[in-house]
Amino acid sequence: FMQRGLDSQTKKQLEEEEKKIISEEHWYLDVPDLKEKESCIIEERSFLRCEDLVYGRMSFKGFNPEVEKLMIQMNSKCKEEEIEEDDKMEADVSDEEMARRYETLVGTIGKKFLRKRDQRALKDDDEDVDDEVEEGNSNTRPSKRAKKMFLKPQD
Amino acid sequence: MAAERGTAADSLVGQVVLPGDLLLLPAHYDEDAEGERLRLSAGAAPQGRLLCGPGLRRSGAGLLVTTCGLLRHRPGGGGAYWVDSQQKRYVPVKGDHVIGIVTVKAGDVFRLDVGGSEPASLSYLAFEGATKRNRPNVQVGDLIYGQFVVANKDMEPEMVCIDSSGKSSGMGIIGQDGFLFKVSLGLIRKLLAPKCEIIQELSQLYPFELVIGMNGRIWVKAKTVQQTLIIVNILEACEYMTAEQRKQALAKLSGN
Repeated sequence: FMQRGLDSQTKKQLEEEEKKIISEEHWYLDVPDLKEKESCIIEERSFLRCEDLVYGRMSFKGFNPEVEKLMIQMNSKCKEEEIEEDDKMEADVSDEEMARRYETLVGTIGKKFLRKRDQRALKDDDEDVDDEVEEGNSNTRPSKRAKKMFLKPQD
Repeated sequence: MAAERGTAADSLVGQVVLPGDLLLLPAHYDEDAEGERLRLSAGAAPQGRLLCGPGLRRSGAGLLVTTCGLLRHRPGGGGAYWVDSQQKRYVPVKGDHVIGIVTVKAGDVFRLDVGGSEPASLSYLAFEGATKRNRPNVQVGDLIYGQFVVANKDMEPEMVCIDSSGKSSGMGIIGQDGFLFKVSLGLIRKLLAPKCEIIQELSQLYPFELVIGMNGRIWVKAKTVQQTLIIVNILEACEYMTAEQRKQALAKLSGN
């Protein structure tokens, strides 16, 4: 029922009339608003949160290996905060070796996704120089780039 | 009813309380303006909120006791008070893991008997990896370990066999064989307490598997029928045996 082109004044008048009608019919409490008390007490009907009970499925002496794995998992979830364990697990590969591997890995996988032109550039470098591929690339790429830059057509 | 003056909750920890007792909490939890002033001056108020556990109800000035038992208190994590009472009849509570027996298979929903006033309902989609085409193989009379999702006095309780992340984490149909029996709820809580002596001593005897439901039902499975029955008898008798009697009984068994 909102009509376009109504002046703001006429709109206000309409609203006021509506409010008047409503307030006469509406029932409202004459009581001041109760202050919302922020309660510090939570009611809880389960014993689980009060007493820190362990998980209900258990298996002993290897009767059911899956349940035994579960036991360790569930009980450690509850007690994570209390137990301070070493986060560092025994690594099969040392950190330095990992860094070295990763360095070369990036190069080899990177080659796979180069475009054809860049791959040709790589091949030329490999034939010329025996150095690491990355260094070769960095030397020739700027020159290649300089050649391939957009040449503005002269009007 | 005459309003009684309450007693401080701290003084009654570990003692018997009766329904109708009013417990006053320390000034930290007072909601009046005076309480606020006290809170500021009393130094560190406990962080977090107080947990008012089973057997207690919040009422105006403090906590009202609704069941008879021993009052317990846990100071960690904001503090918690609850009443440790003995019961045989289970009342479904949201979040509890229970063992249910399938009684009716009605279309898409199973009805389980959990020992409460009403049978609980379990939808066939509430299992891990269940879809409309891939239905779980549940028959009438099967045992199911699940948790309550809805459990209040106005509605029929509902159970599921997956947790909030969609994994079953040990819930679902309990396998073949084994023995199901009923104990009181107090013993269940004793058995599920961290570092329970009974469980530790039993685990030294034979390899066996145990599922404990909060509704008072325990399912045991061991290699032979005789071993299973021995474990069942020990668990049932544990309620009324003292620690020495239990150790004697177990020593006799492990000697045999």
